[in-house]
Amino acid sequence: MAAGVGKTYRMLQEAQAEAEAGRDVVIGYLEPHRRPATAIQAEGLAVIPRRRVTYRETTLEEMDLPALLERAPELALIDELAHTNAPGLEHAKRFEDVQDVLEAGIDVFSTVNVQHLESLNDQVAELTGVRVRETLPDAVLASADEVVIVDLTPQALIERLRAGKVYPPERVPAALNNFFRAENLAALREVALRQVAERVEAHRLPRESNVRRDDRIAEQAAPQAVGERLLALITPEPRSQRIVRRAWRSAQRLGGELDLLWVSSSDRPAAAEEREQLEALRRLASVLGAHLLIEPGEDVVDGAARVARERGTTYLLMGVPHPRGALARLARPDLVDRLLRELPGVDVRIVADRAKRPKEDR
Amino acid sequence: MTIVLVVLAVAVVAAGAGAWAALAARRSRDRAAAGRARILFPIVGRALSRPALDAALRIARAENATLVACYLAPVPLHLPLDAALARECELALPLLEAIEQAATAAGVASDTRIERGRTYRHALLELIAHERYDQIVVAAAPEGAPGFTAADVAWLLHRAPGEIVVLRPGDEGPGRRPLAAAAA
Repeated sequence: MAAGVGKTYRMLQEAQAEAEAGRDVVIGYLEPHRRPATAIQAEGLAVIPRRRVTYRETTLEEMDLPALLERAPELALIDELAHTNAPGLEHAKRFEDVQDVLEAGIDVFSTVNVQHLESLNDQVAELTGVRVRETLPDAVLASADEVVIVDLTPQALIERLRAGKVYPPERVPAALNNFFRAENLAALREVALRQVAERVEAHRLPRESNVRRDDRIAEQAAPQAVGERLLALITPEPRSQRIVRRAWRSAQRLGGELDLLWVSSSDRPAAAEEREQLEALRRLASVLGAHLLIEPGEDVVDGAARVARERGTTYLLMGVPHPRGALARLARPDLVDRLLRELPGVDVRIVADRAKRPKEDR
Repeated sequence: MTIVLVVLAVAVVAAGAGAWAALAARRSRDRAAAGRARILFPIVGRALSRPALDAALRIARAENATLVACYLAPVPLHLPLDAALARECELALPLLEAIEQAATAAGVASDTRIERGRTYRHALLELIAHERYDQIVVAAAPEGAPGFTAADVAWLLHRAPGEIVVLRPGDEGPGRRPLAAAAA
């Protein structure tokens, strides 16, 4: 909303919570404005030292973007999003630095005052009589995953200002007579609240329309009386992606946990292609919230039966078995027959390739 | 007795030959798959344009390549990057299923992925970092629609290795719905 409401403080509070949750949080740039409470809130967080830049015989301190990218934390705090960088740095504006940081896969918490938003610049100048030079394209704010408004009544902010919590005492009278007049702050507050309300509305509408009827029914449904646990037999090859997809959808419908099992034969090292497929399956399992298990063993049925017993599997899914030669069929019964025999009480489902269905059946 | 032994020997030889032929065919299939070029077809959002998919399949068939369709799933800020994304997967799976079926019908080898990232670009970077792709086929989004914007495409040209084919957004054509609607 405006300087002094506590944006940086709030950002630091959020960051401390993230750090507490085990995330790697780093201060990329912080403007504590010599506010002791803010400095205390920043304690314990790692800091990327600022770099010094000389411009027209003045030494300026700026965020060290290359150092931050090299450090590559999970979350970076970058204060004052609308700031204009000193000439000669990677970008003219700090929000451009932030875009580089985001592209590197680093989350960013940042702060901005509402008067810096480009589309509101004229409106704010009209309301307050003060033209803000550093502006931020609205698209930058629109691309944020979440916007948190830090709200304070004009009276409370003026009291903070008078108490010396915002600016040093010598700057307070001038501030009170110019930007920090009650009517200015009230106008800015209204603009900020409207802005966030519009954003919330824009997010809410598509999300609500996305909720499918069966999702709502599923949410209302009573918990399963008996816990289902699904086990999908996979191998490191592309068709396993389909088996995992079907298994996950079944698990969703049944409200059960999903385990993926590859019984890995140790008689030969995995080929590069297999390793790549296995890594892809590992990532798919992670995004689906499934558990990937790799059991060494020569016999799929033995491995599957052992895992199914250990984990309380109620439902087993597998792809269509590869065709076997006559000799192999003579030597050992069919895989599905053996699974049914070894796993009494477990449902077995063969996942087919639906694209192979005859056309008239579709 | 001799006749029985001869019949048994013939049966064993025939079964052995059958098993060997099946094994040889499988090895040959595996070798062919391993040597095949891989074309990445990243998708975002709830719907996929059919002309874009048809074009990607045509390219894959012409190159005798495997088409790897990848749904890029953005991870909201309040979740850790390795969080499971059930809602996103609900959207992704029917799309990937439909693409796989279209690929099989077109006689194109296919594979599928779901990749997470804070942004689509981040997800793409993760994907490219983990796997080899010889070509990337990107369907540019019409203005205002969700998908790959001109800026995303420019970024991709700058950051991604290999050949990049950008498909211009076009009309779905009469009676052709976006793929998600058909798959849902």
